[in-house]
This record gives sequence, C-alpha cells and structure tokens, in this order.
Amino acid sequence: MSSADLTSERDLPQRETATEGDVAPEHDGPRDTGMDDASLHRWLARAWRTPPGIIGALSSVDHKVIARRYLITAFIFLCLGGLNAVAMRIQLSGPQRGLIGPDLYNQLFTMHGVTMMFLFAVPIVQATGIYLVPLMVGTRNIAFPRLNAFGYWVYLSGGVFAWVSFLLNMAPDVGWFAYVPLSGPEFSPGKRADVWAQMITYTEVSSLAVAVATIVTVFKQRAPGMSLDKIPLYVWALLVTSFVVVFAMPAVMITSTFLILDRLVGTHIFNPAEGGDALLFQHLFWFFGHPEVYIIFLPATGMVSSIIPAFARRPAFGHLGLVLSLIAVGFLSFGLWVHHMFATGLPKLGASFFTASSMLIAIPNGLQIFCWLATLWDGRPVIRTPLLFVFGFFFIFVIGGLTGVMLASVPLDLQVHDTYFVVAHFHYVLIGGSVFPLLGAAYFWFPKITGRMMSERLGRWHFWLAFIGFNVAFFPMHLVGLWGMPRRVYTYPAELGWGNINLLISAGAVLFFLSFVLFTFNLLHGVLKGVPAGDNPWDAGTLEWATSSPPPSYNFTRIPIVTNVEPLWAERDALPVATGLRVDVRELLISTVAEAHPDIREKSATPSIWPLLAAIAVGGTFLYSIFTPWAVVWGAVPIAVTLVGWFWPKGDPEDEE
Amino acid sequence: MNQRPVADLSGLPTFGHGPRSPTWWGTLGFMALEGTGFALAAGAYLYLAMSWPNWRLSAPEPNHWPGTIVTLLLIASLVPNHILNRYAERCAIVPVRIGMVVMSLFGLAPLVVRWFEFPALNIYWDTNAYGSMLWVLLGLHTTHLITDVGDTIVLTVLMFTRHGYSGRRFGDVGDNVFYWDFVVLTWIPIYLLIYWVPRLG
Ligand code: HEM
Ligand SMILES: [Cu+2]
Repeated sequence: MSSADLTSERDLPQRETATEGDVAPEHDGPRDTGMDDASLHRWLARAWRTPPGIIGALSSVDHKVIARRYLITAFIFLCLGGLNAVAMRIQLSGPQRGLIGPDLYNQLFTMHGVTMMFLFAVPIVQATGIYLVPLMVGTRNIAFPRLNAFGYWVYLSGGVFAWVSFLLNMAPDVGWFAYVPLSGPEFSPGKRADVWAQMITYTEVSSLAVAVATIVTVFKQRAPGMSLDKIPLYVWALLVTSFVVVFAMPAVMITSTFLILDRLVGTHIFNPAEGGDALLFQHLFWFFGHPEVYIIFLPATGMVSSIIPAFARRPAFGHLGLVLSLIAVGFLSFGLWVHHMFATGLPKLGASFFTASSMLIAIPNGLQIFCWLATLWDGRPVIRTPLLFVFGFFFIFVIGGLTGVMLASVPLDLQVHDTYFVVAHFHYVLIGGSVFPLLGAAYFWFPKITGRMMSERLGRWHFWLAFIGFNVAFFPMHLVGLWGMPRRVYTYPAELGWGNINLLISAGAVLFFLSFVLFTFNLLHGVLKGVPAGDNPWDAGTLEWATSSPPPSYNFTRIPIVTNVEPLWAERDALPVATGLRVDVRELLISTVAEAHPDIREKSATPSIWPLLAAIAVGGTFLYSIFTPWAVVWGAVPIAVTLVGWFWPKGDPEDEE
Repeated sequence: MNQRPVADLSGLPTFGHGPRSPTWWGTLGFMALEGTGFALAAGAYLYLAMSWPNWRLSAPEPNHWPGTIVTLLLIASLVPNHILNRYAERCAIVPVRIGMVVMSLFGLAPLVVRWFEFPALNIYWDTNAYGSMLWVLLGLHTTHLITDVGDTIVLTVLMFTRHGYSGRRFGDVGDNVFYWDFVVLTWIPIYLLIYWVPRLG
C-alpha cells in the first residue's frame, strides 16, 4: 500500500517543478470563491474523504471518524468496568459469599478502577472534545490529525493489553493507584504490577497527544472573529482541561516509569532501605491524581454550559465568570494533591495548608453552579432529557462536594480513610460530576453525530432509572462506611450486621447497570429508527449546529465568521462566511491566537496508515518492556522506521507548501 | 444554513514561521510536557536528597569532565543553530542544507561524549537510590537527545531531496532549531544537579 493509492482518484493539480531561488515556490489550485454549492460539495468531498476499504478506514485522520471510534471504545470499557463492579457487588451482597476469592477480588477492583479512570473517563471526555472542538471553533479538522489518530491506536492497544492480561489472570491487583511497597518488587512478584505500570504509560501517551492537538486547534484554528471572549464555554473547558493534562499526566508517567525501573532493573527509587522513599510514590502519583479528577470534571462542566443555554433559551449568565472559574479550578487543582495523603502522618502545618486549599476550590465551583442556576432562572427552560441529566448532575455532585469538604478536614479523614464512606464520596463526584453530564451530552449531541434523534420517552425512563439506581447503590455506602466497613475487602462476617444494607447497595448497583442497558438500547434504536434531526434540532447557538447532521467530512462548506458567543442566534438569516480557500486540497484557515484574525491558509494532513503502524511499534515496545529492559533498545528501531514513514512527504500537495 | 460571503482569504500566505505556525505551538506543547517530566524527576531527586541527611549515601563524587564537555558542546551549538534559523526564515536552500549538516554533527558529538558520561558517574543505578536518580536523570536527557538528533538527521536528508525546497520544510527547520534550544536548556539544570549539587553536601 503506498500513499499513491490513497490519492490516485483525486485530481491532483499538475505540480510546478521547484526552481532554485530564495523564495519557496507557491502552488495553486481552484478556490471556493463564487463556486456554486453543488460543485463546492463535490470538490471538498473529494479532497477530504476517508479512502474506501479496510486500509482506507485504518488510515483515516478525520477527527469525527477518530472521535466516533474513541467514543465507542470508551463506552465498551465503561460496560466492562461496570461488569467488574456488578461482579464485586454480587460477591458483597451478603456476608461470607464464596463466589469470588480474595485474589480475583483484588484484580476486580483494580481493573474496575483503572478501566473507569484511564480507559473510560479520561478518553471519553477527550473523545467528545475531538468530535466537537473543531466543529465549535469552525474549522475543518483537528490540528495534527495524524497525531490524533496515533493517540487513538495507542489508547486502544493499552486497553486491549490490560484486558487481555485480565483474561490471562495477570491483571494488576494492587489497587488503581498501585502504592509501593505493595506494588514494588518485594511484595508483588510476577507481572501484575508491571501491567499496571505499562497500561498507564500507553493511556497517558495517548491523552497527551490528544491534549496537544486540542490546544493547538483552539489556539490557531478558530474561525475569523472568534476572539477569546467569543470562544464557546465548552471549548474553554476543553482548553483548560488539555493544559491540566499537559502538566499533570507527565507525573503519572514518571511514577509508573520509576516503578517499572525499580521492578525490572533494580533501581531503588522507592526503596527506603537503599536511600529511596515510598512516600515519594504517593506525592508523584497524586500530583497527577488530583488534577485527574478535574480532567474528568472540567469537560463535564463545559457540557453543562452548552446544554443549559440551549434549553434555557438564553446565553449563559456570567460568561466571563464561568471562564475565569474554569481557569481558577485548573490552577487550584494542582494545589490539592496532599489531601489524599492525610493518613500518612505529614507535618501538621502542611496538612492545614492542603485543607484550606481543598476548601478554596469550592469557591470557583460554587460560582459556576450559581451562574448555571441564574441562566435557568432568567431563561424559559424547556425540560428535555439532556436537561434532566443536568439536574441529576446538580443534585449528585453537590452531595459529593459536601462529603468532599468533610473529607478535607484531617480528623474526619483519619476516621473514614479507606472505608466505604470514601467509595461513596468519589462515586458521587465521579458519576455525578462526569457520567451524568456525559449522558446529558449524549442525548444532546447524538443528533449531530448520527443525524437522528434519540427517543425522548426512553430518555426519561433512562434518567429516572439511572438516578434512582445510582442513589440506592451509593447513598447507603456512606452509612456502611461510617459503621466501619473498609473498602477493598472481598467479604465480611455476618455478625457485623452489614448484610441487609449491602444487599440494598447491590440491588441499586444492578438497577444502575440496567439503566445503561436501556441507554444502549436507546442509542441503537436512535441510530436505526430515530426521527431525522435536521441541522439544529434544539435551535442551539454554537457553530457545530451550523452544518448538516452528521457533518460532511470537511465540516463546513465555507469557513464561518463569528460575531457573537452564540453565533447562530446572532445571525438568524444567513451565516457570514469567508471565501478564498482552495478546494482541491485539504486547506484550512490558521488564525491569530488572541483575536482570531485570518493569517495563513494551511494544509491539513492527508490520511495515512503510518500512525497505526507507529502505534503498533510503540505498543509492542511497551508490552515487550515488561519482560526485558532491552525492549526499549530493540523497539527503538521499528518506532524510528514508522515515524520516518509517517513524516516523510509522499508528494501529496498537502505535504509541499 | 444560508451563507453570505463577507471576507476573502485568497490572498493569505500558505506558510508562516515561528508562532504563526501551528507546528510551533505543537512543539511548544511537547516542550511543556517534557519540561514538566524533567522538573518532576529533578524534584524527586531533590526530595530524596533532602530526606537523607547523608545524601550521596557515601558514594564517590562523579567525575564532571565528560558532562562539562557535553555542556560546552551544547552551548557552542547554539550559535550555528541560530544562524541556521535565519536562513530558514529566508527560505535559502543551500545555506539551510549546510546548516542542517552542521547541526547533525553538533548533535552527534555530545552523544559520543555521553557514552563516557555514564561510567564517569562512578556509581551504578542499582547501588542505591542516589545512583538510581543519577542514571534516571542522565537517561532521560539522553533519550531526549537521541530523539532530537534522529529527527535532525532525517530532516537533513529530506532537505537534500526534491521535497526540501518548500515553505513547509523551512518551517520544519525552524521548529527543529527551536526544539534544539530546548534540549540544550533542559540540560543545564540536570548538569548542575548531577555534578555540582552533590558537591555542595
Ligand atoms: C456501575 C456503576 C459502578 C458501580 C456499581 C461501582 C462500584 C464500585 C465499588 C463497589 C467499588 C469498591 C470496591 C472495593 O473497594 O472493594 C468501586 C471502586 C472504584 N470505582 Fe466504581 N462503580 C461504578 C462506576 C464507577 C465509575 C463510573 C468510576 C469512574 C469514573 C468508578 C471509579 C472507581 C474507582 C477509581 C474505584 C477504586 C478502585 C480501587 O479501590 O482501586 N466507578 N466501585
Ligand atoms: Cu483530590
């Protein structure tokens, strides 16, 4: 397969031969100026299409195609992680059940935790961003589309790696944060902890790649006129999140690399007997781990900020305040990590500082909630399924926030540390703060992605089932935690009297799981039989609704020009657009960072199989490296070859300018 | 949705240097995340150094000379690097080709010296945590160096092919210059940390 095959069906313009001189050559081709819609569509569709066939599909660099794969994959991992949880809950539904032994239980809660955090929550918010951000800023593809495709393949291989290990009884069993010394060479012989370390590396490589692509898309590819004050709140949220990823994820990569070095080549970084330190692991891990919560939560607030104005029928109240809170939360999220370590005996003063900062972060979060309520108050809310899920988010997240403030005080934390109170707290925060908004977002943007509506009636059933199931499953966990039930135990004796409440919890968990079955049914029903949606079924105001549903490969026939935060509400009759781009090659507009003045007509990368090959090389190296450190040396060769293949120009006009 | 054309982009250029180009921002993004990684590794080193009153854990001093030679080479390389940048901005193909060859050599030279730097640490990675951290810091920077030198060499070859003479390639050269500055910059604190901080204690 050569790249000539990929482009053979295109009308390549005759390339001018470069002549020596001190100015780089200019190529040219037909422009969209004055072109009628039908020919414009024909040209653009040819320039931007994903080539047919299997190889073509694997070569795709269309952000929508990649995002769709990401979304489906992350959803499958949610279901797998959910099955882990259901298995745990069946085992815990009564005292001393013999269904699952301690060894398998350890793997189950670890797989549940890592799957939910690294294979579901982070990837799915990034995937949503990959789909929506380019559309919302009015451009034709994400920046560095091949890097983005590479990110997906690395993520997929990391997830498959973890789950195949699970099937081989080789899954990590040291908890999702894999503390040393438990995960160190002395107490975890075998490969299980190595699987943890390397699956972290895979997924973080992919998150970092996507974060960089997202940042550059927002900085440089905004439609003309979309100055900083007109960037949609969702895009702001993803921008801030991507920055948090860039500064937080390296910490966990360093942690997992240090761990694997200690385990594999005998370094002593975490070994106190030889001058290392076990708490260092916790510091490094939570320097990432706390911001991780905001990596999951901030995009969800962006979704809420998109859904509320659409259904309140007015722009968000306090746009600037919402943006500033996002940025403040992004910064503050780096100042809180030690609150996960109160039980380790830190100096008192240090602990008080982190208590204070943990409470401080409630201020910008509170401000956001205030702005949303004000938007609803002042608007004329239309209650549809997406908005129901937003209400669910308010309710659940506020409870999670309250228990969070409780846990931020050291004396209380010392009492309930490692009990089910904490399990209840973080599920209220994670599911309330992220899963409910995501479900709302699914109903909200499903019509854009598929061109069809999901059923509103099933949607309401889904909401109530999820809301009730969730609270039945997780609220009693607070109580049983206060009664002293520790987390990560595979069973408990009958004399403690925890049987009934655990049965209730398990019943709630099953209900909650069933709500996802209903959701899946609604998704499939929508794809197959949903009512056609039209471009803008909710009459919302941001740019993704200006194009057809689903959007064409090139997103917009002409690049829109933005005059307002809700551009479609400001320009009801006709959308102002810019002309003058080439239509025979993948051309898009680069604009200036602050004002979004048009600056450069840039070429966007063409489809390529090399990102997949590079991901295979990288993934193979990571896999091999849990067996021998030489993997890094041997793996460097295929990695280098595939990267050269990736970047070497193939003679497409896109490569040359 | 109906459209009304209000602006014309046809006169815009097709490439730009420095912060005008998305690749420059992408490079900056990768610098930010790699820099964070370096900072955290250095932080881990200092954390351990401060946790142990007898830090260096009675290991012998490292021999700083190979490291010092690497430092001098890296600093010297900044001069041709920036001359190269100026030619790249002017899209002058012949001087850019020469400059890329020079920079490839300036990349390989410290790598050769680096080979002697590891034994000059006078300790193995598995002796104690001090040794582990030295090898980790030096290893991190070496990985960094190898990747960038590899990248530079490939780009050099590319500049000699028919693909070399294009605005996009000159932009790539500019980004390569930018990234090399970063490789040099990250080395300085690591150099001080490996060779001079232990001497303080
Ligand atoms: C079907 C819904 C879910 C149920 C029934 C459920 C249930 C549970 C239970 C019972 C535990 C505690 C296991 C133990 O300590 O013995 C647990 C742990 C955990 N859950 Fe969930 N969960 C669900 C969804 C989620 C989601 C959506 C996330 C994240 C976005 C999540 C993240 C975690 C994490 C990080 C842990 C800690 C794992 C560890 O201790 O290492 N869970 N879950
Ligand atoms: Cu936290």
